[in-house]
Amino acid sequence: MAKKQVSIGNEFVKGLWDQNPVLRALLGLCPVLAVTTSAVNGLGMGLATTFVLVCASLIISLARKLIPAQVRIASFIVVIATFVTIVDLTMKAKFPALSKSLGAFIPLIVVNCLILGRQEAFASKNNPFRSLVDALGMGAGFAATLTVLGGIRELLGNRTVFGVQILPDVWEPWIVMILPAGAFLTLGLMLGAANLISRRRERIAVRMARAAALNERTV
Amino acid sequence: MATESSKTSVLGGVDEGHLDLVTSPHSHFGWSTGRIMWTVSAALVPCVATAVWFFGFGVLATIAGAILGAAGTEWLVGRLNRRAETIPDGSAILTGLLLGLVVPPGFSPFMAFIGGVVAVGIGKIAFGGLGDNIFNPALVGRAFLQASFPAQMTDWSHATSRVDAISQATPLGLYKFGDPSQFAGDIATQKLLLGEVGGCIGATSSTAILIGAAILLITRIAHWQIMASMILGGLVFGGIFHVSGIGPSPLFHVLAGGFLFGAVFMATDYVTSPNTPVGMWIYGGGIALLTILIRLFGGLPEGVMYAILLMNATVPLINRHTRPALFGAK
Repeated sequence: MAKKQVSIGNEFVKGLWDQNPVLRALLGLCPVLAVTTSAVNGLGMGLATTFVLVCASLIISLARKLIPAQVRIASFIVVIATFVTIVDLTMKAKFPALSKSLGAFIPLIVVNCLILGRQEAFASKNNPFRSLVDALGMGAGFAATLTVLGGIRELLGNRTVFGVQILPDVWEPWIVMILPAGAFLTLGLMLGAANLISRRRERIAVRMARAAALNERTV
Repeated sequence: MATESSKTSVLGGVDEGHLDLVTSPHSHFGWSTGRIMWTVSAALVPCVATAVWFFGFGVLATIAGAILGAAGTEWLVGRLNRRAETIPDGSAILTGLLLGLVVPPGFSPFMAFIGGVVAVGIGKIAFGGLGDNIFNPALVGRAFLQASFPAQMTDWSHATSRVDAISQATPLGLYKFGDPSQFAGDIATQKLLLGEVGGCIGATSSTAILIGAAILLITRIAHWQIMASMILGGLVFGGIFHVSGIGPSPLFHVLAGGFLFGAVFMATDYVTSPNTPVGMWIYGGGIALLTILIRLFGGLPEGVMYAILLMNATVPLINRHTRPALFGAK
């Protein structure tokens, strides 16, 4: 398969941008929209999801030859649910405030299509090390996007980022930004910006390739 | 290209080096976008004038803020996209003007500016610019302001008015949250007609709005079907509820709040209203029904904005189902 040629470094980096689960693949949007009312919530949700994704990917990848194809989805869900339970109980014990503000969305990580998608598309077909790196990259991309989204909404809707006041008191908070409508507006604008950036990068890549081809011919 | 060429040539032909294909039948209205937009702006002058008369010159700062936000966004995005200049067609300025007229007097010009940016940036340009927007941009801006600054958007006390009585709750607010028996004596139909009542900057005087409506109808810019269906719908649906003992008189429904302003200036927007006469009647009647349902059974005293936005969303459906049969088709 062509996958073997992908370097380990690329396996990690692709999750940050080229295959960013939120901005490029539009996966797991339910928690993305629902809990990102602040940067802390976004980061908390991102890290919880990353933990589940990394652990589940590792286990699934180790067991990939033992799982019969017919029951693979059910097996994935059992593994994922185990780690979600661990996260849920740990957060309740150690970070009760964060756990309360994320609410039902922690148990709902079980059905996050990003996690199931990575098991199906990657961990069940690759060795444990590659799967681990892939999960780390995807998780980092997910967590970073949620943190930025939460940060923007918190900044405009509450004047703060991570609880630190950034905008002066004269700035009237935009209440809509911490309402669900603000999540859709911000995510939409972020998706637009991501498309703009990747389109520009593509154009530059095409130009570079053309220049390189020209150089070769002249040499 | 299609919109550009339809402006310059009606019959089709070779135009500026590219073949311009236009299918028949056509009868060009003969007016450019710019001329329409500036005429609508002129039709709003009576509203602005009565607003200054009743609420003082402060309202001009709010309106200016909204226009600056709307036109500034249009200019900046046009610049970044290297598009042709779209400011002279007046559509962004008109959006800003409309937005500035549907916020409370004494509303902060900076917030109005934000509303203008959202109206044009998210309400129009994000959908592809003039002609491609699904929702009325000025109302998108207002909905954003309503959700962002709910306290300021319902604060009617800041008006530096020359008539003390009007720096108080709006007639609809009094009806909904005050003592309904008290309002009957307080707010007479005459006051609603002249504009001596609290309310949004441009929506206070029904007479000024009706002058604007006359201008739009005489120049045949606005379709009379939309205005007529909305006002008739308000009278009919308001009347049905009034007769069954729910709500104020139908005339109060039509004259109070933003009903007339919405019917004349917001619902008649070309881009976000149906193309067919039958569709226009459905559209206007739907807005009237939704408005009255929101007013009577919703949590808000006023529902014209959400009613128009909701009906905007149904316009493609209305257009599809009211399309006249092709000539010769079964």
